[in-house]
Amino acid sequence: MFGFGTTNSLTMDKPHPDSLLDTGVQGVIGKPLDRIDGPLKVTGTATYAAEYQFDDMAYGVLVGTKISAGKIVSIDVDAVKSIPGVLDVVTDFDQFIRVSAQGGATDAPTQGVKDIAFFGQIVAIVLAESFEVARDAAARLPIVYDEAEGQYDFAAHRDETRIPPDDAAPAHFKQGDVDTAMADAAVTVDSTYVTPSQNSAAMEPHASTAVWGEDGSLTLYGAYQMPTSDAQQLAKSLGLSAKKVRIVARYIGGGFGSKLGIAPESVAAAIAAKQLGRPVKAVMSRPQVFEATVRRSNTEQRVRLAANAEGKLTAIGHETLASNQSTEDYFEPAGIGTHLLYGGENRLITHDLVDVNLVLSGSMRAPGEAVGMLALEGAMDELAEKLDMDPIELRKRNDPKIDPEKDVPYSSRNLTRALDEGAAKFGWDKRQKAGTRREGEWLIGMGVSSAVRGNMMMESSAKVEIHPDGSATVSSAMTDIGTGSYTILAQIASEILGIPVANITMSLGDTNDPPAAGSGGSWGAASSGTAVYLACEMLRGKLAKAMDVSEDGLTLKDGNAIGDNRSTPIGELVGKGLEATGHIKPGKQEKETSQAGFGAHFAEVAVNVITGETRVRRMLGSFAAGRVLNAKTARSQCLGGMTFGIGTALTEDLIHDTRTGKLVNHDLGEYHVPANADVPQMDVHFVDERDIHANPIHAKGIGELGISGAGAAVANAVYNATGIRVREFPITLDKLLDQLPAV
Amino acid sequence: MHFTINGQSYDAEPDIRTSVLDLCREHLGLTGSKKGCDHGQCGACTVLINGRRVNSCLTLAVMHQDDEITTIEGIGQPGNLHPLQDAFVRHDGYQCGYCTPGQICSAVGMLDEVKKGWASHASGDLTDPKFDDAEISERMSGNLCRCAAYPNIVDAIREVGDTAPKGRSADEKDAAMDANARGELVA
Repeated sequence: MFGFGTTNSLTMDKPHPDSLLDTGVQGVIGKPLDRIDGPLKVTGTATYAAEYQFDDMAYGVLVGTKISAGKIVSIDVDAVKSIPGVLDVVTDFDQFIRVSAQGGATDAPTQGVKDIAFFGQIVAIVLAESFEVARDAAARLPIVYDEAEGQYDFAAHRDETRIPPDDAAPAHFKQGDVDTAMADAAVTVDSTYVTPSQNSAAMEPHASTAVWGEDGSLTLYGAYQMPTSDAQQLAKSLGLSAKKVRIVARYIGGGFGSKLGIAPESVAAAIAAKQLGRPVKAVMSRPQVFEATVRRSNTEQRVRLAANAEGKLTAIGHETLASNQSTEDYFEPAGIGTHLLYGGENRLITHDLVDVNLVLSGSMRAPGEAVGMLALEGAMDELAEKLDMDPIELRKRNDPKIDPEKDVPYSSRNLTRALDEGAAKFGWDKRQKAGTRREGEWLIGMGVSSAVRGNMMMESSAKVEIHPDGSATVSSAMTDIGTGSYTILAQIASEILGIPVANITMSLGDTNDPPAAGSGGSWGAASSGTAVYLACEMLRGKLAKAMDVSEDGLTLKDGNAIGDNRSTPIGELVGKGLEATGHIKPGKQEKETSQAGFGAHFAEVAVNVITGETRVRRMLGSFAAGRVLNAKTARSQCLGGMTFGIGTALTEDLIHDTRTGKLVNHDLGEYHVPANADVPQMDVHFVDERDIHANPIHAKGIGELGISGAGAAVANAVYNATGIRVREFPITLDKLLDQLPAV
Repeated sequence: MHFTINGQSYDAEPDIRTSVLDLCREHLGLTGSKKGCDHGQCGACTVLINGRRVNSCLTLAVMHQDDEITTIEGIGQPGNLHPLQDAFVRHDGYQCGYCTPGQICSAVGMLDEVKKGWASHASGDLTDPKFDDAEISERMSGNLCRCAAYPNIVDAIREVGDTAPKGRSADEKDAAMDANARGELVA
């Protein structure tokens, strides 16, 4: 089982029914431990990208275009260079990146900024001795444009589509014949749902502090989710060898997809720092985050469902139109969850792109499911109404035994249990017929939705060292973006090595440490957690050897190795120190099983009969995602996803002016993310589950399962409250007002 | 100019355009206060100035000669946490941690406002606001948290706030009513 030397590698080709997390006796795995980085975060001593100080650091303020399509004729650098304190204005029409990189890409994103593809494209960086001077000069920098016509109106161009290359999901998938099944079915639904563009709106704006070494190497303190691939993107963009680029991202102020790939401030800061010969800090303004990083694409989704009289699905059609720039192939994979959520012989799941001159579209929390489930689960609610069937019963009748397309078993699938256990906890039996429950001026309704999010394993590694004093260090280029990586990885190491969490030092977010896939796609815990597991497994073997006992006969607890009726402090077994590196790769299990987390959302809303305002009164998420590694941080992940769902259903709407391409609401005052008063004291329930096909720690991703279907549950609750089906999100009061009953 | 920050004396010559937030972060090395929007929309930069919570990105340093400023660094330190900081850790009232210093400074200021009997939009009785979840959520809605730790933030603040004195006598209510009628905030 062990590799040679100090690396323990595993390719996930076979199920892994035994787990050291089950035989460990330290008793910390799954426990709701406080975050080990908590005291730093609550005292303001955790260090984010813009908080590294260098004596001769210059401030860089980025300049974005004021038009949405055309070319730059000239930038009048001299006009601002005379402002006291201005050091330089740097631009590079060839090397500046036009758009952010997509998550996990190993190439540079589209480069070259002379051609303008969207409003706010970053074309220059002004350098000054102070932030105030740089900001002033950036605002005053004269740019002459040659303006051209652009495509800003999705609806006007919705018939001019292209088929993108397959990505996270196939662009087009067909099985059987949906048209014929629809014609033959007892009951059908054929509805079109529209969702707007959205922004991840992480609280920390994108930031990079670039520092060059005398040997031509670059260190970039950046707000990035995936440092290993980010460093590759940055190296390619700058024409450097990847070895010359180090990214440090110890703390990241939220990502939600927007910091998966490098953003324009990184390359601008690096080029500027090189030219100036000083470290440069470049922090995006909040409007620049909205205008020039990445959005979730708007979508138009046609969902067709065909069922027999008993509610058994015979066909599912899910056809999505999304948008992106003409040079970019990423498409919002709205049908990705539809592939495996319900049975039904005839299936058509497609994605087509409309070209627009708007900010790049890319991954935002649960790309695909987050908005795809609004349509699919809305349509399922419509089907339940037509069948006069409880919507939970309808879902249970279509819970397949095997994957309906791949014809392979699920690695683990507990949709029905999540629905049933959630319904009992939520009090679903008190739900009434649509439009029949009223409390004063409030119409009350309950809604349900399934949740599904594909589970992924990504190649990752981590190093674990045991020191002679019995403490341990875990290091990896993995990140903690608020997900709890610092804590859960320490818990895994603690459980296997029997070393208390307090004696484990974590080093994350540095590409000088072993490469890892980082945080994205909900793969972080399982991938880096398995890497830590494998390193600890190897160390456990070495400790057994040092103790001269069999591995089976070795117990590690509270810093002691116990076996053969002897107990020895672990530190005394390691000589000058022991280290091992764990390395995990995806394997055949990915193809031989269909892997996903499942769950169910329940929402109760009140809609004001006078104003049309919707308030979420209660919400419960019930999730089956394998082993829960830390009950506290896992619950928080789910709360966060569910709140994204509230925003998706009710408030979030990124609006571009269809005449000019300008982003109308480019800040947190106008783009409405849920505030504290918008969110009730929600509940989270975990279904007990282990997944032996996913990885040795038996966990599946959870960060995005919490958003999948959350918005649909709220929307279905609005329908149950009012009898009004709104298919254009968000459900703002203007879409309800004219159909509400008399006061 | 002179400022008192976290009880320490600072002399600085800020640019007239420098906000209190940038003064702390970029000139004095106090990076605990965060810049989330620079527009007064997110609350990540919340500090206490002369005891009241303020979006430090929206107020210029030159307006605060001799003022007493408290940032998160002055609320408590690792190993010496303020009860709210401790409650935020135990209730997981954060995820990424970026809005957290602002949330905690805001909560300190907010609890003081409740103690003084200041009403909010959620108050049923404007002269005697209750301390309940609706009040906490309303009063904390100037502090956005995209990770959405809101339920845990409410739990943390409720726990700490519950130990604070609350409720008013009939005479105090009358005095508050009179003061409201005069358009004064009751201290």
